[in-house]
Amino acid sequence: MTMQFNEETFRGDYTYFNSPAAIRRFPFPFDQDAYMYSVNIEQHPGGPEGSPFEFAFDVDEHYVAEMQDRAITLAGDPMRCQSLPHMELAGWDLLEAIMVAKARDYPDLFSLTIDGDTWHWINRPMGIDDTFTFLDPATLPYPPLEYITRQAQGDFALLHERDGNLWLDAGMVTSQADWSLDFDVGMNFFEWHAPVPKAGKMGVFDKALKFLLAMNQGQSYRRLNWTMTVNPRLDTSPENYHKWGPEKRTVTPENVGQKQFVRVELQTFWRLPRSNALAFPIRCYLANLEDICTYPKWGRRLHRVLRDIDPDLADYKGFAVNQEIIVNYLAQFDDGAPTSPGIFPVDQEG
Amino acid sequence: MSNTQFTPSITSRPVYPGLTSLGNVPAIMIADASGQEALKELAAADSSVMDQAHVLLVTTSPALADKLQDLRPASIETVSDLDAAVPSFERLLSTAKMGTQLYLAGSEGLIGFFSARALGSGLPQEAIQSEHRGPISRRMQCVHCKGVTEDVTTDPFTCSHCGLTLFVRDHFSRRLGVFQGVCVDAEVPGEVPETEEIQP
Repeated sequence: MTMQFNEETFRGDYTYFNSPAAIRRFPFPFDQDAYMYSVNIEQHPGGPEGSPFEFAFDVDEHYVAEMQDRAITLAGDPMRCQSLPHMELAGWDLLEAIMVAKARDYPDLFSLTIDGDTWHWINRPMGIDDTFTFLDPATLPYPPLEYITRQAQGDFALLHERDGNLWLDAGMVTSQADWSLDFDVGMNFFEWHAPVPKAGKMGVFDKALKFLLAMNQGQSYRRLNWTMTVNPRLDTSPENYHKWGPEKRTVTPENVGQKQFVRVELQTFWRLPRSNALAFPIRCYLANLEDICTYPKWGRRLHRVLRDIDPDLADYKGFAVNQEIIVNYLAQFDDGAPTSPGIFPVDQEG
Repeated sequence: MSNTQFTPSITSRPVYPGLTSLGNVPAIMIADASGQEALKELAAADSSVMDQAHVLLVTTSPALADKLQDLRPASIETVSDLDAAVPSFERLLSTAKMGTQLYLAGSEGLIGFFSARALGSGLPQEAIQSEHRGPISRRMQCVHCKGVTEDVTTDPFTCSHCGLTLFVRDHFSRRLGVFQGVCVDAEVPGEVPETEEIQP
């Protein structure tokens, strides 16, 4: 079956939508009726067939439109993609990982033919057919990191390991939950997470760093993170906060079901073979309250989580100002019934 | 006056432990009018620290340099502002020997400005010492237009480049040597909190 790609926008008229199949596979981030930080890491890839966890780099109906949105953002702000000079090899590592995985997992959409150093890459959804010499940047239209991440959904950070720490030394960041690559590039693990409330004191970052530094070649893991976004906007960057900020105040009891989105990040971690860097893809999924609540388990649980959340987290995740409207809306989907453990919407398949 | 004590904050916010002499080793020292007091105290504790020290004094008052001459540094040069110090600083860095120490004393702006350049030139973080003296003004980068506003003393403040009203974050980039400023009235334009002096 060939995948259908939505014609949709993530800005302006916001025509983004999820098909019923996309709602069914939405990576709902809460496995119980309450939320607090945890490291919550598990092996990746691997998960139910058709879920976003099944393959290394998930491709879905939003692929082509997301890549168009990235191109628009980059045209206005080329510094969303940066790589410190020592990170080029890690960029090639990432290019290889993505091309090999996509050609293997989606043979209808992508193909990769390797003949010595000569690589032939076909990306059918984007109409790309390029032959290049691996490790020779002059044979690609962009540096390797930018080339491949213009063709891969989600943001990407490349982390260099030295002095017992991980340094955010390269990345492609156009669909971020309000952090600036341009400001944070070059920071170590603790510096770039510094603005996150509470988690540092809880030891979350110490544990996470220890875990990541112990990752070996060939290992890969994932975790889910989440926030809330008004309108299906990928570019919720601090750079453009003065442009999208006013939209946060347009939520009303009448429109909250359509306008308020749960924004889920599927974060994966990969140790790269040549550079020994870590790749940290941050894939963004958006679903509005109305779509989420088509699954009774999700509606009940989302109501309880957002009603009871720590006020500091509601503030940090940027929805404190709309929390009352959101919780009042969700209350109609919560009949008080118990919910089953796990994130999947229909229990027997969880 | 001694090294300013700042309220503990987030992990990206730099701390300035104060200057400690490593003795007669190659050194670059940079200070402003407030920071030069820290150099005097450093030399008073161990006069050998000055034997191989090249001093850059960022001030519009050349008389200050005369007082520092008494400490007998290897060289001393006066420059009028941070940007004007860059050519001299880069020349000193390019001829610096292994083990050169960088001593920075003065405003957060001065410390951030030269730390960032030193790190960018490959000087290790461990070779950089800093002591905060004088006003607690900050070098702020506007996250929207990327312009840097020097000597910010209030929160919020007006970006000197794009004119947006920005609030002062403690999030700091060592690579850029700046704190981050973010539009304070992005969600409701015109709704700006009362202006307050920045506290240490």
